Amino acid sequence: MLQILSIKGSINFLRHALPISIMSAVLVVASLTSLATKGINWGLDFTGGTSVIMEFSKPANLDELRLALDTELTSGAVVQNFGSSRDVVVRLQVREDIKSDLQVKEVFAAAAKQDPAVQQKSVEFVGPQVGKELAEQGGLAVLVALICILIYVSFRFEWRLAMGSVAALAHDVIVTLGLFSFLQLEFDLTVLAGLLTVVGDSLNDTIVVFDRIRENFLKMRKATPVEVVNTSITQTMSRTIITTGTTLITVVALFLKGGTLIHGFATALLMGILVGTYSSIYVASFLAIKLGINREHMMPVEVEKEGADQPSIMP
Amino acid sequence: MVIIIIAIGAFYAVPNLFGEDHAVQVVGTRGADVTVTTQTQVNDLLQSKGIGVKRSELENGQLLVRVNNAEQQLLAKEAIAEALGDKFSVALNLAPATPAWLESLGGSPMKLGLDLRGGVHFLMEVDMGEAIRKMEEAKIADFRSQLREEGIRYSGVKATAKGIEIKFRDAENLAKAESFLKSRSNDMVFSDASEGNNFALMATMSEVYLKQVKEDALSQNITTIRNRVNELGVAEPVVQRQGAERIIVELPGVQDTARAKEILGATASIEFHMVDEKADMNAAQSGRVPPGSEVYPRREGGIAVLKKEVMLTGDHITGAQPSFDQYSRPQVSISLDAKGGNIFSNVTKDNIGKPMATLFIEYKDSGKRNPDGSVKMDKIEEVISVATIQARLGRNFVITGLSHGEAQNLALLLRAGALIAPVSIVEERTIGPSLGAENIENGMQAMLWGMAVVLIFMLIYYRAFGVIANLALCANLIMVVGVMSMIPGAVLTLPGIAGMVLTVGMAVDGNVLIYERIREELRAGRSVQQAIHEGYGNAFSTIADANITTFITALILFAVGSGAIKGFAVTLMIGIATSMFTAIVGTRAIVNAMWGGKRVKKLSI
Repeated sequence: MLQILSIKGSINFLRHALPISIMSAVLVVASLTSLATKGINWGLDFTGGTSVIMEFSKPANLDELRLALDTELTSGAVVQNFGSSRDVVVRLQVREDIKSDLQVKEVFAAAAKQDPAVQQKSVEFVGPQVGKELAEQGGLAVLVALICILIYVSFRFEWRLAMGSVAALAHDVIVTLGLFSFLQLEFDLTVLAGLLTVVGDSLNDTIVVFDRIRENFLKMRKATPVEVVNTSITQTMSRTIITTGTTLITVVALFLKGGTLIHGFATALLMGILVGTYSSIYVASFLAIKLGINREHMMPVEVEKEGADQPSIMP
Repeated sequence: MVIIIIAIGAFYAVPNLFGEDHAVQVVGTRGADVTVTTQTQVNDLLQSKGIGVKRSELENGQLLVRVNNAEQQLLAKEAIAEALGDKFSVALNLAPATPAWLESLGGSPMKLGLDLRGGVHFLMEVDMGEAIRKMEEAKIADFRSQLREEGIRYSGVKATAKGIEIKFRDAENLAKAESFLKSRSNDMVFSDASEGNNFALMATMSEVYLKQVKEDALSQNITTIRNRVNELGVAEPVVQRQGAERIIVELPGVQDTARAKEILGATASIEFHMVDEKADMNAAQSGRVPPGSEVYPRREGGIAVLKKEVMLTGDHITGAQPSFDQYSRPQVSISLDAKGGNIFSNVTKDNIGKPMATLFIEYKDSGKRNPDGSVKMDKIEEVISVATIQARLGRNFVITGLSHGEAQNLALLLRAGALIAPVSIVEERTIGPSLGAENIENGMQAMLWGMAVVLIFMLIYYRAFGVIANLALCANLIMVVGVMSMIPGAVLTLPGIAGMVLTVGMAVDGNVLIYERIREELRAGRSVQQAIHEGYGNAFSTIADANITTFITALILFAVGSGAIKGFAVTLMIGIATSMFTAIVGTRAIVNAMWGGKRVKKLSI
């Protein structure tokens, strides 16, 4: 039998909980600082603007193109390679007084001067109003997702665990956003989708651990909450590693093979899943313990008998 | 049971294996129908040109002719378009090459999103301010004629920033008008706006009416845009409303965005006005015109003074064809509906010998923006022709004074109907066909690699049970594809493919949970049968909880996401549902079949 982990007894995971929690706290603060100072490199979807992707027949000379685009119409154009040396993306900001059509024409003309065989692969234009709305909707989506999960987990488990899981999720979202901000990676709609997927996936791990905690509280009558949590984490450890592993395999496949258009999506997932795996073990469980989770909270709710809450007359 | 469900999934997934045929699609536009005669005509035509027809189908008034390759497709399109004339719209299309027997059972391949097949996506915003202004104008005309008919004397009606102001000389007329108009138009709110000796009545639109006006403007614009898209000859277009003021237009396969935009966004329309002959042209030069008249520029230079009253608007036009007059000058032949014909014949009867002007109205995106972020539109009005009415005009007549291109565009626009309010494009995405193919290729690559590694891992790690999990995984993928093909609204996008790839990684979770549990039970000294039973039993609630929470996030993504992201959410949701089925029910069936009811000492897990 091939096993990644062969554990007898349980590992005292929570022994490291404090230092790791401090590390998490530091990460969150660092992320928030980065978000506050550097901000997020919002993509076209959120800022509005125009982007033109072109494929040259030979490696493109970006400097020459930049120089050619330094005109009245297209000043401030950002010219970059897009996945390969032959693919080029030109991004333009929304200008009050100029129609995007004219800008696109100008960009394409400049590129055609350099390479007559250049092909226009895609053109995107997003109005500033639309971008603002998308950003608002996106933020709202993440919030609503967290609230729905809070409600569902409270309903299925217990509010202390729910708080723990939502804290872990918020942690994942903030740290992933922080990484995007720190590395100044572009944040577009697919990244937002990735972020929400991370929320779902990280929650998966948390739920599996919590499920075991609930079960073990009922089974291990004499154990302390810390022991129960340790045992539960140990028991689910190999599953967590395997599932995270298979998910990571597919995400890496997307990252490497999926092409430039879903690179942001794959990056968000890659970071989020790594952060999410340890947060579901440490942040979620640790917070639940700090909130004073114990066996009574896990007892099946007893059906209240009629008159049970009345003081009994008979001694 | 399990086998039946998977078989159904597989059945609906099968159409995706057949590729697509190059095809030409013929649809009748206004007034023309595609019939069996048309079909024979087209078939004969293609045969005479030496173009091989694979299959020719007539369905829902739409003719689909499949040919062998892209080159013949182009030739066929040109030949058909030439032969049938502009009563029909002829478009290039890719038709799924699903065999007829499969198609008759409801089998069809997944629909591909724009990011996979190439095309244009527009998000258009309707200028509601203009729609309201137009409605106000109509109301002003109503008030004038109603008050006149009722014999109530007023000194002026005009639109102000606050609403429509109706002025009176005395309080008596104001009171009479107020009670009369109130009883007549219950969609307006009237209030006394008199100041000292200026007696005035202020009319504003009620909330309900305002909402109605906006709603009508949006739905009428959608209808018009849909007509225009049909005139453009695009296969399988999407025209949809989004929110209160926006319209989504998706045109697969269209690369010439400039023309598409010009036609879709154009608000060109015509109005007929009488020329004010009494106006002093010199005074008009400096802007002084008699009340009830207005100055308009003439296309060939100079100005014309026209009466404000509109004799006829473009709304009544049912047909418009570009043609040439005897001096081969471009013209547009116009036919009117019955009501328009009546109005027109009445007004022309009373005005024989007098000059009538055709006013060409167009809204153009100025490239500037209003303070609230919406696009500012410039209204351009030009007199394109002034002609003396020779005789009473009926339902058919011609207008002149246009260039060849303008005549063609105007005819198309008049046929498709006018936009009630101008629209502007607030979002545009063009995806080239090569990029679409590249996206599919990339997605498939990622899928293959991800899947292969996961399969190998599961096989090594869980051995016999790994094979079962792998079978479940493959069944899951087939079912996702099957369900995607079955649901009419589901569209496969690039993020959708990513969702499928991700599902592969996450779907094994159910099996991993069960297997790890079985191993645990075995370690705890349970018998093989017991371990299997406990493993499945205990893991169920965990799997359900874990999947339901993921499902919630996918649902939220679906609710707020747009286009491609929606596609991702859909595949994720379907993947979650099918993976729960295959991981729990599917593998259990196999496990039971192999080890159930037998005395087994050791499990290959």
